[in-house]
Amino acid sequence: MVVVGHGPAGHRLVEALRARDAAGTCRVTVLGEETRAAYDRVALTSYLTEDADLALPEHDEAVRVVAGDPVTGIDLAARTVTTASGLVVEYDALVLATGSAPFVPPVPGKDLPGVFVYRTIDDLDALREHCTNLTLSRPGAGGVVVGGGLLGLEAARAVQGLGVETHVVEVAPWLMPRQLDEGGGAMLRRHVEALGMNVHAGTPMERLEAGEDGAVASVALAGGASLDAGVVVFSAGVRPRDELARGCGLQVGERGGIVVDEACRTSDPAVFAIGECALVDGQVYGLVAPCFSMAEVVADQLLAAASDTDCTARFEGADLSTKLKLMGVDVASFGDPFRADGLDVTYTDPVAGIYKRLVVSDDARTLLGGVLVGDASGYPALRAQVGTRLPGSPEQVLFGGTEAAGGDLPGATVICSCNNVSAEAIRSGIRAESLTEVAQVKACTRAGTTCGSCVPLVKRILDAELTAAGVEVSRALCEHFEHSRAELFDIVRVTGITTFTRLIAEHGRGRGCDICKPVVASILASLGNGHILDGEQAALQDTNDHHLANLQKNGTYSVVPRIPGGEITPERLIVIGEVARDFGLYTKITGGQRIDLFGARVEQLPLIWRRLVDAGFESGHAYGKALRTVKSCVGSTWCRYGVQDSVGMAIALELRYRGLRAPHKIKAAVSGCARECAEAQAKDFGVIATEGGWNLYVGGNGGMRPRHADLFATDLSDEELIRYVDRFLMFYIRTADRLQRTASWLESLDGGLDYLREVVVEDRLGIAGELDAAMARHVGSYSDEWADTLADPERMRRFVSFVNAPDVPDPSIAFETERDQIRPVLVAGAELEVAGR
Amino acid sequence: MTVLRDVETLPGVSGWHRVCRLTDLLPERGAAALVAGVQVALFRTFEGGLHAVGNLDPFSGAQVMSRGLLGCRGGVPVVASPMFKHVFDLRTGESLSEPGPGLPVFAVRVQDDMVEVSLEPASQPASSSADTADRAGTVASGER
Repeated sequence: MVVVGHGPAGHRLVEALRARDAAGTCRVTVLGEETRAAYDRVALTSYLTEDADLALPEHDEAVRVVAGDPVTGIDLAARTVTTASGLVVEYDALVLATGSAPFVPPVPGKDLPGVFVYRTIDDLDALREHCTNLTLSRPGAGGVVVGGGLLGLEAARAVQGLGVETHVVEVAPWLMPRQLDEGGGAMLRRHVEALGMNVHAGTPMERLEAGEDGAVASVALAGGASLDAGVVVFSAGVRPRDELARGCGLQVGERGGIVVDEACRTSDPAVFAIGECALVDGQVYGLVAPCFSMAEVVADQLLAAASDTDCTARFEGADLSTKLKLMGVDVASFGDPFRADGLDVTYTDPVAGIYKRLVVSDDARTLLGGVLVGDASGYPALRAQVGTRLPGSPEQVLFGGTEAAGGDLPGATVICSCNNVSAEAIRSGIRAESLTEVAQVKACTRAGTTCGSCVPLVKRILDAELTAAGVEVSRALCEHFEHSRAELFDIVRVTGITTFTRLIAEHGRGRGCDICKPVVASILASLGNGHILDGEQAALQDTNDHHLANLQKNGTYSVVPRIPGGEITPERLIVIGEVARDFGLYTKITGGQRIDLFGARVEQLPLIWRRLVDAGFESGHAYGKALRTVKSCVGSTWCRYGVQDSVGMAIALELRYRGLRAPHKIKAAVSGCARECAEAQAKDFGVIATEGGWNLYVGGNGGMRPRHADLFATDLSDEELIRYVDRFLMFYIRTADRLQRTASWLESLDGGLDYLREVVVEDRLGIAGELDAAMARHVGSYSDEWADTLADPERMRRFVSFVNAPDVPDPSIAFETERDQIRPVLVAGAELEVAGR
Repeated sequence: MTVLRDVETLPGVSGWHRVCRLTDLLPERGAAALVAGVQVALFRTFEGGLHAVGNLDPFSGAQVMSRGLLGCRGGVPVVASPMFKHVFDLRTGESLSEPGPGLPVFAVRVQDDMVEVSLEPASQPASSSADTADRAGTVASGER
C-alpha cells in the first residue's frame, strides 16, 4: 500500500492501519513532498509564537517513509507511482492524501519578494526571517495579510507577533465569512481591532507594489487606498491538490477536489483519497476532524480488503461545528448558521464584546444552528441541541438553558444548598405526597427552610409540576388573598386604600399572616401611603422593618448607616468607629461599600441612631425590601482610565432612590469605564460609563442564581439615565411578584427585555407619566426613618428589651471574643437541642 | 433539654404575675416580658385575644418569638418566628410548618387592665416529635 502525502490525514491513516493490523498484512510506503515527516499543521502558529515542536509521533519501522521526494506521476493501469527522484513504487492500494495548497489570487505583484503563504513550516521559517530583517531595516513597517478567515487571522497574529504593524484585508464584508454571520463577524472585528490590528473588510485588493529594493512595499486596495506592506501573507483560502489525480485520469470535481464515494474510493477502485484533497458528496472539508474520519474509514476499508471481508465503514459527512479560541477570543459556530428558512434570535453586548445568534425553525421549536463570539460557554449544550426540540424559548436557550422555567432544571441541580436538596428530590416529593403548596414542599423536603433564598425557585418547580399534572396553578399570595402581588398593587393603586384592614376586608379574607402582611406593607409604602412605622402598618412589618435594623442569629441587630456611593469623610469614619467602640459592636465592611455594626440589643438601637444621626448619618435601609446601595468605582475624578464621574452619579442615584420600598431588595452600581470595577452587571440596575455618556444594564443578580444584567440602553445622558431607571424601578415595583428580584422578574416578563424597552423608552402602555409621577412622589416625600423614629415617643416604645423590665438587657445575649471583636454565644441555645441543626 | 429549668424551685414562680398594662401591648404585635427569670412572648391580636408563649424560638435558639408576625392559618391564630419563619399555633404552641419542638404556652389574663401571666402551663407544650414527650412533664408543674 502506498500513501501519497504525509500531512495530518496521511499520518492518521498510517497510524490507524498499524494499530489495527498487528499481523502486518499491509506493507506501507509513505511518499512525502516536504523534507519533514508529518507534523501537526493545525497548530502551525504555535511554531512561531511558542517555538512549539509540532512533530507527530514517528511510525514504527514497518512503515517506509520517503520524505522530500514529491510524486510526479501515477500509472493506474500498471499500479505504480513515480517520484521526482525516479523512484517507482508498485501498489495494491493507493491513498492520495495530498492535502491542499494555499490559493493565491492572480493579482499583479503576487510573486514579488516578501510575499508569502501560510501553510508549511518552511513558509513560516521564511516569513520569520523576512520580518526580522524588515523590522531591522525599516522599523515600523507595515504588513498585510490577505484573507480574514480562520487561518488569515492566525497569520495576522503571527505577523504582528513578529513586530510588524498588521493589516487584515478581507474581500468579504466581514471576518470569517465561512463560519460567522455579519453580526458575529462585526463583533470579532472589534476584538481583532482591540488587539491592535487593522481590518479592511469588503475591500478587494488591486495589486502589490514593489519598492526600490524590488521587494514588496505596499498594497493598493480597490478605491485607491494604499497600505504600507513590507511583507504580504496570502491566506485567502486553499485549493485541493488534485493535479496528480488529474494527470492520471481520475475523476475530479469542476472546482477541484478528487471525487470519492462514501468509502473514500476514487473513480479507480484501487485508489482512495482522504483529507483536504477529497471531494465527498460535492464538498471539500478543511477541518481536521472530518479529515481524520476519512482516514479511519480508509484504514478499515484497506484492512477489510486485505482479509477479503466486507467493510461497512463509511464517511457520512461531518458536523462542521467549530469552537476555537482565536487570539484569546471565543469563536464558535454550530449546526447551520446560514439556514435561510430559519428564524434568528440575536443578542449583542458591544461593551462585553459578546455576540450570540441562534437560528431556529420557523415555529421557534427546533434549534438549527448558531454563532457565538466573545462567549462560547454555551457551545457544548447548544451544539448538543441542534436538531432537537428546544426545552424553552430561544432566549432562554441562548442564555444558558438553566434560566428556563423550573420544570426544565436538571434533576441533579441543587436547589436548596443549605439543606442539599436537589430539583429531583423536590419533584419526587411533590409527586409522592401530592403536594400543592410551597409550605408543604418545604416541610416535606426541607428545601427553603433555612435561608429561604431558593423559595422562588421551589415555587417555580412546584408550579411546573402542578401544571404538568393538570392542576391549576393558583397565583394567590396566601390563604388570605386570591390575588398575586402585582394584582394587589393595582388594587391598592386604583382604589387608594391605605390600610391593611380595609384591603383584607374588601379584597381578602381572615386576618392575614406573615406572608401577606409584609407584602401589603411594602405596597402601601411603595405608593407613598404613609410611613412604614405609622399606625396599623407597624403591625405589618417583619422584625427588620419594624425595628429598622437587621436581626442576627442571637436576637441582636446590626446597624448599617447609609454611605452613598461608598464615599465617606474621615470625620464620619471616625464617628462610626467611636460608636462601634462605645457600644461594643462588631464591625465589618459590607459588599455594598458600607460598614455594618453588629451586636446591638434592641434597646440600644435608638441610642446608636442618635449618635449616628447627630453626625449626619441616616438609615441605610439594609433591613428593608428597598434600595440598598449604589456601589461605585472611583471614576474619572481620580482614575487614569475613568471616562465619567461614577461616584457622583452613584451618589445621585442612591439619594434619589433611598427608602424606595420594592418587592425585594434592590442593588445598583456605577462603573466609571468599561473595566467595570463596580461590578454593575451583577446588579438590579447597573450603569457603565462610556465616552458618550452611560450604558444602562438591568436585571443582574449575584447571590444563589447569578445572572448578568442585560444591556438596556447605551450612551445615555444623565437625564435619560435617571428617567429610564425611574421607570424601570417603578414598573418592577408595580408588576413583580412577592420576593421576586429584578432578574427573575425580567425573565418572567412576557416579551422580556424588548417589551421592557417598549414600556420604559417608548411608553407602549401609556403609563410612563404615572411611573414618573410615582417616582417624583417618592423622591419628594423621603425622610430618614431613624430620625423620624427618634422624634416619635410612640414609636420609641417598641425599642425595649422587656415590656415589664425595659432596662434589663436580654440575659440570653452573650458574647465571646474572636480576633479582638465580639462574636455571639447562644446561651439558651446551648441548653437546648436546637432543632434542625 | 428543657426550656424552663427548675421552675418549681424558683421563688415567686407560682401564681399570676402582673406584667404590664394592656395598652402597653400593640394590637397584632408582640412584646417580650421577663417573668421570674423566664422570657415570655406576649401577643395581643386585633380581636383583643391575648396569648403568652415561650420567647425562645426552638429552631434557632434565640429569644425572639415576641418579634414574630401574627396571623392565622385556616382560622388558627399563629405566630411566625422572625428568624427562619417557622409558624407556631398560639393556642397549643405546636410547630405547624415542620415537625419539631413547639413552644411552651402560658396562661394569660387581664385583671384591672393589667396583663397577668402564669408560668404554670396553660397547656402542655405541643410537640410533634416523640422524643420530647418527657419534657412536657418537666415543664408542667401541674399545680394551678
